[in-house]
Amino acid sequence: MEAVRMMAVEPYSPSKIRSDAPFLTALWGISGMYVLLIIAVLAADASYTSARDLWAALEDPNVRASIWLTLLTCTATAILSVLVSVPAGYVLARFNFPLKKIFDAILDIPIVLPPLVIGLSLLILFNQVMIGGQSIEKWIGGWMEGLHAWNENIPSGVTYKIPAIILAQFTVSCAFAVRTMRNTFEGIDPRQEEVAMTLGCGRSGAFWLIALPQAARGVIAAATLAWARALGEFGPVLVFAGATRGSTEVLATTVFLEISIGNLEGAVAVSFLMIAVAIMVLSAVRLLGMRQSV
Amino acid sequence: MIEIRNLCVRAGDFRLDNVNLSVPESGYTVLMGKTGCGKTTLLECVCGLKRAHSGSIHFGTHDVTTLRPAERGVGYVPQDGAVFSTMKVSDQLSFGPRMRGWEKSKALSRAAEIADELGIGHLLQRFPEGLSGGERQRVALGRALACRPQVLCLDEPLSALDDETRDEICDLIENLRQNHPFAALHITHSRAEAERLGDEIFLLNADGCKLLEL
Repeated sequence: MEAVRMMAVEPYSPSKIRSDAPFLTALWGISGMYVLLIIAVLAADASYTSARDLWAALEDPNVRASIWLTLLTCTATAILSVLVSVPAGYVLARFNFPLKKIFDAILDIPIVLPPLVIGLSLLILFNQVMIGGQSIEKWIGGWMEGLHAWNENIPSGVTYKIPAIILAQFTVSCAFAVRTMRNTFEGIDPRQEEVAMTLGCGRSGAFWLIALPQAARGVIAAATLAWARALGEFGPVLVFAGATRGSTEVLATTVFLEISIGNLEGAVAVSFLMIAVAIMVLSAVRLLGMRQSV
Repeated sequence: MIEIRNLCVRAGDFRLDNVNLSVPESGYTVLMGKTGCGKTTLLECVCGLKRAHSGSIHFGTHDVTTLRPAERGVGYVPQDGAVFSTMKVSDQLSFGPRMRGWEKSKALSRAAEIADELGIGHLLQRFPEGLSGGERQRVALGRALACRPQVLCLDEPLSALDDETRDEICDLIENLRQNHPFAALHITHSRAEAERLGDEIFLLNADGCKLLEL
């Protein structure tokens, strides 16, 4: 009887339960190291630049134009990405259809392809693929020429012009936005939409009135992610839009151009501006998101 | 009022075969059966949320088998209520009437009327967050009944509630039956709940639907 009692107690002996300390140390250690790496990178940039370099960069009309073009193209990319990712994410989350896995895999291609390849592919698509004996660039260019004649601010084509920057950024950024929207809609119980349909809604009513309002935070997250990805896109922009000073120059291109002429201080100063612009825009979007969700 | 004839449903590997069941006008039929036997699938089929593979569903003389959920005029109360998380209670209760083309003022006054009937008049300006399980089920019931449906489908509406709240909602459903001439199909695992609310109890199993003696 005594032996049985001893055996029953033994498995619960505190000495047999492993300490949580190694696990928690590993958790904090690994995450902390990554945070330290990011801080070290920013600190290295900060040590290599000065307020004078930053001011000089801000006074440069090319850099100022580049900042405005970056804000314009990133915002256009974020808006386009949301317009595409919301329906695509909803389709993936709510419907089962033949070839869904292939559809899903295709949407991941821009995430896994090297950015330069995306730029090159866009260049070939617009300039080498012929439809009715004309390239897509010629088709769209012909149509945009008319708009350009009406208003000079509208570009007269796509390749090596501002639309190419937006299209290059959009091709990559939208894939990330689609993932975000798919996860968002998968996290929303479809039962509420089903109830709405029994109450007199069609599928579209259930989407607009029930699913989309619940997905508001996901939409903001998708837009933020697309914006941030667009800000960092360089490879596809370089290949498809070129790197013409004051014309197709976004901040990522400016950093490249400054390095290529040996102005490392200028490149670091512009990098710092990119960080500042990113922090300001992302904070504003987060703040807006938090206010809407209250 | 509800007439299900030789209904077969296919959903992936799941099959529901040869189900026959009828609920008389203003009748209250309870459907029981083991977990996974297809009770919810059958209810979703009645609501139009799942397609019938074969067989038919009639509401009165109308064949509704191929109609979309919005065209059937069914009140549906799912297990967890599925209250609309971004809408105030008043908007939830007026949602059905608004979707059916009622004027906004009429829909809101109908929402206030049904809220009073269900004892949730004080919650009209509240969002669902923070409502208790019983309050949520009252909102779900009110939302389903706001358009005065002829058919009410309830999928384990009381399963997540404590005993006291369950009794309150049972009392409420009994009272609602006095004022609303709906035919109800109610799924539950509780024999006591079935015997208290049901005029008839059906057992769903692999052989179809069998009427149990009360």
